[in-house]
Amino acid sequence: MSTVTATDRTEVSQQRSALSRASHFLTLPAVGPLFALLLACVYFSVRTDRFLTGANLSLVVQQVMVVGALAVGQTIVILTAGIDLSNGAVMALGSIFMTKLAVHSGMPGIGAILIGIAVCTAFGALNGTLVTMAKLPPFIVTLGTWNIAFALTHVYSNEQTITGLPTSLTFLGRTFPLGNTDVTYGSVLMLLLFAVAWYVLRQTAAGRHVYAVGDNREAARLTGIPDRRLLLTVYTVAGVIYGIAALLLIGRTSVGDPQAGQTDNLDSITAVVLGGVSLFGGRGSIIGALCGALIVGVIRNGLQLTGVPSIYQVLITGILVILAVSVDQLARRRRT
Amino acid sequence: MTETSGTETRPVLEAHGLVKRYGHVTALSGADFELLPGEILAVIGDNGAGKSTLIKALSGALVPDQGRILLDGRPVRFTSPADARRAGIETVYQDLAVAPALDIASNMFLGREMRRKGVLGSVFRMLDHKRMQAEASDHMRDLKIGIKSIKQAVETLSGGQRQGVAVARSAAFARHVVIMDEPTAALGVKESGMVLELIRQVRDRGLPVILISHDMPAVFDVADRIHIQRLGRRVAVVRPAETDMAETVAIMTGAAPGNLDDAANGNGTT
Repeated sequence: MSTVTATDRTEVSQQRSALSRASHFLTLPAVGPLFALLLACVYFSVRTDRFLTGANLSLVVQQVMVVGALAVGQTIVILTAGIDLSNGAVMALGSIFMTKLAVHSGMPGIGAILIGIAVCTAFGALNGTLVTMAKLPPFIVTLGTWNIAFALTHVYSNEQTITGLPTSLTFLGRTFPLGNTDVTYGSVLMLLLFAVAWYVLRQTAAGRHVYAVGDNREAARLTGIPDRRLLLTVYTVAGVIYGIAALLLIGRTSVGDPQAGQTDNLDSITAVVLGGVSLFGGRGSIIGALCGALIVGVIRNGLQLTGVPSIYQVLITGILVILAVSVDQLARRRRT
Repeated sequence: MTETSGTETRPVLEAHGLVKRYGHVTALSGADFELLPGEILAVIGDNGAGKSTLIKALSGALVPDQGRILLDGRPVRFTSPADARRAGIETVYQDLAVAPALDIASNMFLGREMRRKGVLGSVFRMLDHKRMQAEASDHMRDLKIGIKSIKQAVETLSGGQRQGVAVARSAAFARHVVIMDEPTAALGVKESGMVLELIRQVRDRGLPVILISHDMPAVFDVADRIHIQRLGRRVAVVRPAETDMAETVAIMTGAAPGNLDDAANGNGTT
């Protein structure tokens, strides 16, 4: 008798935990964007049989790798309730440093890369210092550094595109075979950036603190989290990531182009927002941001394959951004 | 409860002659304070009486210009809330100082996260979510705060439950004192009652509680003693059982003299 009840109880509790796990999964912030991404993939697979091929999917990832990498930095900044308008311009400046030092000054590739990353890191640290020490709004700070980085890029490059790069700079554009598909090393590096960011945000105390500071900075400070040091670190790490994005950019284009990355700041924000990360901070998932970047890439690619003029991709992206932010706002209103 | 007639009972937390000036404004002019083991001590006072300055000094949020603070008889000097927390003094704030988007377990261990054992924890800094969730569940159960899941976001809780999370967090980590700064100010009547019950439970588990409140019925309901602050000083310590609200308010507003007006002579009413 008693054993029967005991088994019943375990079964019930098992059912309940499976159910609660399922309902927990549905509340995960990346589920919506993931669903939208799958929907877009299914739609284009039905419309054209050229979409769902290894080569094409590899191309999609390749096309989003630069904006995707920038979106990693953008996500951690936005999670702290900040924003970074400077990332595209900072990346461009970093790529000009890398290419010009390597080609015009004959510096070894690795040295040029490190200096380029250092320049991007310095800009990140400058953003972080102005936000935390001078207590200026991130929007204004990064609007300023965006223009500064943009101007420096054009001054330093003399408006010249730098060509004839050594392979020590362009290796991320090379491919390796995966099954029947050629995959670029850059695509793998971008996915690796997302994986590391996911781990830090989800599995370490530092990551939890990023969320807490973005969610309720005062409460975070009262629990002893060094909020200013954390913000400074976030902006600086974002700078490092923009440096890596600069290397990805070089791998993708094989030149040092001062005109590169001009709308990438907004594109990275688009990816983050489509990924369900709240612009008010403290909510969202880095995996969502990856989905967001891929959604833009898939729609662009799918429309091209189905012969729709590419300007419609911009139109659709605009509608999706407004939809995504509306969902976030609605959810916020329901919560309060 | 505590024997105050026996002068041997050593206060857990005490302050002598605290002074704090802001320019020409004197917020504390030689304030004394005394918290005994196992009691709920309410601190009341009109606006500008120096009540919140006193509490900030005790919780490390500000450093007094003069005076001494002793914890368990030993002099301490707090320069930040983190100092006070390290010394075993936890504070619950009125404005529900929790991160609403984070789950209950994350909130409870915020700033004090537990890492996995071994290489995962030491090298990869990996959090032990399971253990934190289990311990957070225990703390919530100890205080009989009913929740659906320890993994639910704090914003899905009612105001009283959210304050419950903050109380459970402080009770879990405080070794000496829990300070509650207007813990019911943001709550409705029913929820306030729930939080007052939590305050009793914290005391009954052996932690003395300092309760700052404007809510006189609540103060008379739960406090063992009442510290009355006026014009930057402690003017009286009364026991709810031996006085009434009208008299207490009279002392608080200066209409009646306090029992400690002339000197800071240690114990309260006898």
